[in-house]
Parts: sequence; structure tokens; C-alpha cells
Amino acid sequence: MGILKTFALGGVHPEENKLSANAAIETLPPPKQAIVPLGQNLGAPSKPLVKKGDKVKVGQLIAEAGGFISTNIHSPVSGTVLKIDNVIDGTGFKRPGVVINVEGDEWDEGIDRSDEIVSDISLNPQEIVDRIKQAGLVGMGGATFPTYVKLMPPPGKTAEYLIINGVECEPYLTSDHRLMLEKSQEVIIGTRLLMKALKVEKAIIGIENNKQDAINHLSQLTKSIDGITVMALKVKYPQGGEKQLIKAAVNREVPSGKLPIEVGCVVQNVGTAFSVYEAVQKNKPLFERVVSVTGKDIKKPSNFMARVGTPIQQLLDAAEGVPENTGKIIGGGPMMGKAITSPEVPVVKGTSGILLMKKEESSRKTTGPCIRCSRCSTVCPMGLEPYLLTKASKLGKYDIAEKEMIMDCIECGSCQFTCPASIPLLDFLRLGKGKVGHIMRNRNKK
Amino acid sequence: MTMFTVSGSPHVHGNESTGKIMYGVVFAMVPAALVSVYYFGLDSIRVMLLSIVACMFFEWLIQKYLIKGPITLNDGSALVTGILLAFNVPTNLPGWIIIIGALVAIGMAKMSFGGLGKNIFNPALVARVFLLISFPVQMTSWPKPVPITEGFADVITGPTPLAIVKEGLDAGKSMSELQADLPAYTDYLIGQMGGSLGEVSAIALILGGLFMVWKKIITWEIPTSILVTVFVFSGILWLIDPAYNPDPFFHLITGGMMLGAIFMATDMVSSPMTRGGQLVYGFGIGLLTMLIRVWGAYPEGVSFAILLMNAATPLLNMGFKPRRFGAKPGIELNK
Repeated sequence: MGILKTFALGGVHPEENKLSANAAIETLPPPKQAIVPLGQNLGAPSKPLVKKGDKVKVGQLIAEAGGFISTNIHSPVSGTVLKIDNVIDGTGFKRPGVVINVEGDEWDEGIDRSDEIVSDISLNPQEIVDRIKQAGLVGMGGATFPTYVKLMPPPGKTAEYLIINGVECEPYLTSDHRLMLEKSQEVIIGTRLLMKALKVEKAIIGIENNKQDAINHLSQLTKSIDGITVMALKVKYPQGGEKQLIKAAVNREVPSGKLPIEVGCVVQNVGTAFSVYEAVQKNKPLFERVVSVTGKDIKKPSNFMARVGTPIQQLLDAAEGVPENTGKIIGGGPMMGKAITSPEVPVVKGTSGILLMKKEESSRKTTGPCIRCSRCSTVCPMGLEPYLLTKASKLGKYDIAEKEMIMDCIECGSCQFTCPASIPLLDFLRLGKGKVGHIMRNRNKK
Repeated sequence: MTMFTVSGSPHVHGNESTGKIMYGVVFAMVPAALVSVYYFGLDSIRVMLLSIVACMFFEWLIQKYLIKGPITLNDGSALVTGILLAFNVPTNLPGWIIIIGALVAIGMAKMSFGGLGKNIFNPALVARVFLLISFPVQMTSWPKPVPITEGFADVITGPTPLAIVKEGLDAGKSMSELQADLPAYTDYLIGQMGGSLGEVSAIALILGGLFMVWKKIITWEIPTSILVTVFVFSGILWLIDPAYNPDPFFHLITGGMMLGAIFMATDMVSSPMTRGGQLVYGFGIGLLTMLIRVWGAYPEGVSFAILLMNAATPLLNMGFKPRRFGAKPGIELNK
């Protein structure tokens, strides 16, 4: 093996802390009460199809897509709909959700619950896409972009590569790692399904070199499959970013403001590939997922197969409780995850992990003046100047922020991670992005 | 009910701090400081201590009574300015002049702009140039280096190699006639020559520079582009007329060249942020230094050159942007 590939610009190397890497996936029982938020994808929230008092089964459609960039939602449990009301979700805001009182565990008859692996692909590309759309699949890496949208390239554009994202560059998280080890057959069949749906001949499974076992295992299994390559990548954050992964794997740069299809690539997460398998081959919609529960003080770092709607508290209990010294609960990893306000928040389709931070790690350091060291710029994987964009946002100079390409920021947090003055750069970048995005939309309307 | 902290991502920090960077610079200056104690004796310690104490005192005074803000002495930046100021003056400089220098560095060049990170010019250099213009006699009487092992001799002053060459050439002498008055090249490298406290030993300064590049405190671009420019410029003059131009190595290792290129020009606050900007900045410093050294009134021009290019830094930051991801024209696809 030669020099490992990676992306060119910037990047940082936070402590990996993959504490749950050796914990096999455990299936959690359904919760007593499931809270299913209606906004679980990037884009429009879903529209509920059930009402108070309705009986539902596991896998039954309870909300339909509320637009083009939206998804179906299926009941993760069986029981009675208690109410459709505002519930606190992972963002900390109250948003509409369906609350279901769980009774038994009765699954929809159409779902194939056997352990048998179905490897023959009988459907045609359009049928595969339809199944994926019907099953409510979203990107499982955390961005939750509806999967089927990515499988329908706009007219005139065709995909050349499917890139399966097994990078898992976020520290602590191991859900993708475990899937690649334990559900490898399913992930590979899911990859083949996606290749067929996209009509591509070549797929690359990109995995960072800190998951040697997964690299070896998948390389072994894909040896005899034409078109699928497993690519070991040098460990560098944020390699799991779509644009960074494409650059690392096929050395192409997605132009500013454009989608990966522009350079002939479609990126899907390993978790998504697994869900594609389940949706297409087993007729099982997306209502459960692997969630890493981890943290330095946690007694039993784990990976759980949990139903959507399960309160996080139940996962924490299964990992032997919340340590005394917990100061922060994060949904996702430490670099891009969101701090959660309460352990009553439910698991959603995009929950890749629950991370508990110790009290002493939870607060930010005191901010000092910028010493113009340009480290933020050096580590920015998009080649931006976070110090300048921060200043523009602070001063409300959104025209400058736009000109300096603030909308290219992928919010990876490398700048803030590396800033010696501990300036909350990403806070200001998000603020600026919000404002500039708003200004641009208004301008386009005119 | 337990309350949890909620804040935006990222939730981890890479443990870099302003203090770590500043103390890294201090550590990198240790070899040069030791050499100066060796050649200039206890006077060197006197100047350094006085300069450090005065700089930190003025910073404290201004933060406490003028700005009435937080006291940030422990970020190490006043300490660095103090040492750099000491490095830039002769060891026999009277104490009261050093104190004036410290006031100019901290009060005028740093705090009046708003403190750390806001200053346009390198504070220690502003002070050096201020002192050079205000006290030309004291600032250009250089003690001769006497190794500390040879005891405490009476301090004898003498000109720096650059001054010898400048005056000699202006008087119509050729380089070969001047050679007898100049130290040997090995002396230049280890620092046995007249000059400011911290500038004499090229080897000690390069050691510090390598440490800082390794620790990513400075980039290689600025020192390299300065030194290459000086080497090429002086090399051309020397090739044209070796009799009346010192060779390029002479220019690299005499005067404040190494100190300026490694410690003064690389100051994060007052130097450009991007590689392109840094290369142009270094080129400008090298060019201006040589113009002053060869055709200017002063034998040494590094300080002026750096200050002039400090002024160009905001422009360079505007003109040279990092390579943006995805800004290159797209590759051909969907053929």
C-alpha cells in the first residue's frame, strides 16, 4: 500500500476516543412511549396521517413527505396514538411530533423479519428508488438529506462514481464502524442496490485507516465483486464531509455552491447503504438505527439498535446510567453534534450517537483577542478565512461575508477547534451564513 | 433536575492557546540570549531584565488604569515584546533609554491600537526605530564581544561589521582593504561580532527559528523569502563588482538580518495571513533592506524594511486569498 489518500486543504486531528469501537450492536426493546418528531429530515417536515386514538403497527406509514425534499415517516412501535403535539426535539425547540403509547410489538405483515440475507437484486433502478423513497430513507450520517433525491440526478447529469462514506471521522462515534463489521453483507448489497439505482459501474467504500478491521473485512468480501473498491484513507477530520471525501477518493473538487453530481459523484453513508438493503430487500422502512452511546466516564460505552422515538434516557440507562460528572449531552459527535437540552429528547433518523461530556470539558475556554495567527485559515478544509468571516458577521458586513464565500462553510468546526484564542468562530460563521442565505434568497425572489 | 450545558459545536478544543504560542517564542529565543550573555556579559542580563520588567509594567499600568479592562500579562505577549526589544538594542544602553523604549513599544505601538492582536506594526521594532532616531549616539555604540570566560574586561566599543563596510566603501576603500577590520565568517555564525544584544549569533537564531517552524509558531515562508531575496540581490551586486560589494553571505549573517527574518518579521499580528501574502511580504522586506543597506543613509535597514512591509500587511491580506476549495474550473465530466 502506498501513501494513504486524503483531502488536500486543511483539516485537524482531534483525539479519536473511539471508546465503543469493540462493543457489538445490541438491540434495545421498544420504549414505553415513542415520541416521533415530524421534522426528521433536511427540508420540509412530514405531514401526519394518523390522529389521536389511532392504532398503529411497527412499520406503518404515519406521516407522508411534505414536499420534494421531505420524507415519509413510519411508526417505530405498535400501539395507540396518544396525541399529535409539540415535542422537544434534538434542536431544543418544540416542534410537532406524534406521541404513541406502546402496546406489544406487532409488526406490519409486509416486513421480512427473518435473518436470511437476500442478495439477489430483482428490481429495476426506478423500482429501487421508489422503494427507498417509500421507506423514508435519509442520509444517516447526520445531515438527514432525503436519500431518494440524491438518486435522481438532474437532467443532463449522470453519476460516474458511488462513494460509500465509511469514514466516520467524528471522534467517539462508532455506529458506522460496527455496521461495517457486523452487517457487512447487508452494506455491500445496499451498495450494489445504490449502484444499480444510479446506473454506475464504480463504487468506492472510503474508510479511515483507524478502522483496519473494517477495511480488511470489507476488502475480503468485495474482492470478487466487480466495481466495488474499498479505499483506506488517512485519518483526518473532516474527511467524512461529502466534498472532502470526494476529493480524497477520486481527486475531484465539487465547485463552490454545487452538488457532488456536478463532478459525477454521489455520496451515501454506510448506515444509509444498510438501510437501503433493509428497505429494498426486506421491505422494512427506516424506523430504527444504530446509535453509539459513549463518553469518557460512561460505564459501558455501547452501540445500540434503537427505535426512532426512544427517549435518549433509555439508551443512557442501557449504558449503565449517566455519570455524576456529566455536564453536557451531545446528539452526534463532539465536532458537529448538537448539545441536547434534556435526556427526554427522542432518537431520530439522524441520531448517530449520544455523547456525554464531563463537566470540566463542557464549558468553553475564555476568549482572548485574535492574534492573527491564521491557524483557522490553515485548517479550513474549504480554504476560507474564518477570522475574516467572523469579523464581517460581527460587524454586519454581510456583503463582504458573501464575497468571501461564507456560504461554502461546511460548519465542520476545525477553525474553532484550533483557535489559540478560543474564539467561537463557528458561532459567528453560522450567524453570517444564516443572514447571507436569507439575503441571497430574497435577492433571487426579485 | 439536572441542568446541562448547551452550546454550539464544536464541543472540543485542540488545546492551543495564545500563551503556549508566546512561551514557545520565548523558548526559541533562549539560545540567542545565552550567546549574548556569553559575549556581552552581565550587561546583557541587565538589559533583558530591565526591558522585560518595563514592558510588563507598562502593559499592566495601561490595562489597569487607562483601559480599565482585564489584565492579560500571563498571555506572554508583553514578555515576548520585552525580550525582543532587548534583542534589538546594544548592551551598553543606559537604563532610562530602555525604559523609554518599553513605553514606546507597549504604550504607543501596542496598547494605543487596542492591545494584543490590533497593532499594525511590530511593537519592539517601533521602539527600536524610535530609539535609533532619538538617541543615535547611544544606539550605535556597540560593545565589542568578549567571551565571558575571559573575565570581565572593561567594555570597549567598536563599529558593527555592516558599519565598517558602509563607511569603508563610502570612503572609497575596496572590500579587500576592509577585510582586515572584519571578523572571520565563523565568528559571524557563532556571534562574535559587534551588534545588538540578540542579533549577533546566526546559529542560535536559526536554531530558534527551526524550533518555531517545527512547532508551527511561524511559517517557513517569511524567513525564507526574506533571506533568498537578500541573497539574490546582494549576489547580483557582488557578481557585478566583487571589489566594492560584500558577498551575499556577509549580508545574510550580519546586522539584524537573521533576528529580523526569524523573530521580527514573523510576528503573527503584523505579518500577512496567507502563503502568497507572506512570500510577497518577505520579498519586500529583503528588497527594502538591501536598498537601505547599499544606497541608504543607515548601514542597517532590516528594521525599517519590516516596519514598511508591516504597513503593507492589510493590503496583502486583501490581495492574497487562500486557495478556495472548488474554485478551480471544474474538471471535464459526463463526456
